[in-house]
Amino acid sequence: MKDNFSSSPILNIVSRILFAPIIIFGLYVQFHGDYGPGGGFQAGVIIAAAFILYSMIFGIKKGETLVPIKINQYLMCSGVLLYAAVGIVSIFFNGNYLDYNVLASDRSTGQHIGIILVELGVGITVATVMIALYHSFASFRIKDD
Amino acid sequence: MNFLIINFFLISILFFTTFYIFKTTSLISVVALTGVFTLVCAAIYVNLDAVDVAFTEAAVGSGISTILMVLAVAKLPEGKKNQLLNLFPSIVLSVSIVIALMLIIANLPLLGDPNAPIHLHVTPEYIKESKTIFHIPNVVTNILASYRGFDTLGETIVIFTAGIGVIVLLTSNTLNRKTKFKKKAKK
Repeated sequence: MKDNFSSSPILNIVSRILFAPIIIFGLYVQFHGDYGPGGGFQAGVIIAAAFILYSMIFGIKKGETLVPIKINQYLMCSGVLLYAAVGIVSIFFNGNYLDYNVLASDRSTGQHIGIILVELGVGITVATVMIALYHSFASFRIKDD
Repeated sequence: MNFLIINFFLISILFFTTFYIFKTTSLISVVALTGVFTLVCAAIYVNLDAVDVAFTEAAVGSGISTILMVLAVAKLPEGKKNQLLNLFPSIVLSVSIVIALMLIIANLPLLGDPNAPIHLHVTPEYIKESKTIFHIPNVVTNILASYRGFDTLGETIVIFTAGIGVIVLLTSNTLNRKTKFKKKAKK
């Protein structure tokens, strides 16, 4: 398989145009999850799709300079830790684990804050895991020389 | 009535797709047809008013997993791309699963039945609280992140673990070393 398709002008231009709107749509799905369909899982996949498109068109090397492997792995862990940390914070506010009611002065605001933070953690983890999956699949070679 | 016609149309597309998945001999078209299958499933979920599930199905099922499968097929050595195994055992297995499901279907509540057990237990409470107390219009998000927050934490950890597993399996050099070792032994 060819490693990049950047020589084709159509794919090159279209992916350049689409990259930002895909990420914006992902962020919309992420932070609009309380009001419409969506949430962390879907938003993570959509944001990852933008980066996967980038490394598909411009090659895996450029994709890995855009999202370095080390940073990707740190973000992967930080998403899960953010989720778990929200639960621990609510213990410190005299609530149960992952009880968002105590995060703010009234129940409704507390729930909103908790859900947005938790969904953010899910989104970060899913997006980075999908990027890592693609990168490790694409750079995997069966050596038969 | 419209609902039934659209559902019938979509399910007939599913039947055709499944038929062609069985019929085709190249792996890459199996992957493409599986993508079509999950996309039609997403359309069925939209028709059933399960927009969140449809969204996930479209993004994960027909988006990312199709890309990953295409990549995996592209990595296969040239000779193995069109090699398919004997389909008879899988056909027998899927037909027997279908028969078992058909037998169970009689015991299920009707589609959209308000007296079905699942709509009587905690769901009314969730819907009422989510709208009037928490002011979160999307009940699915509320259940996913708040009422079932611990479940979702588990799901996130599962995804994280899967990612770690793939990274460890595919980017470490153990596999290459093993194949090299085998070649040396052959020589």
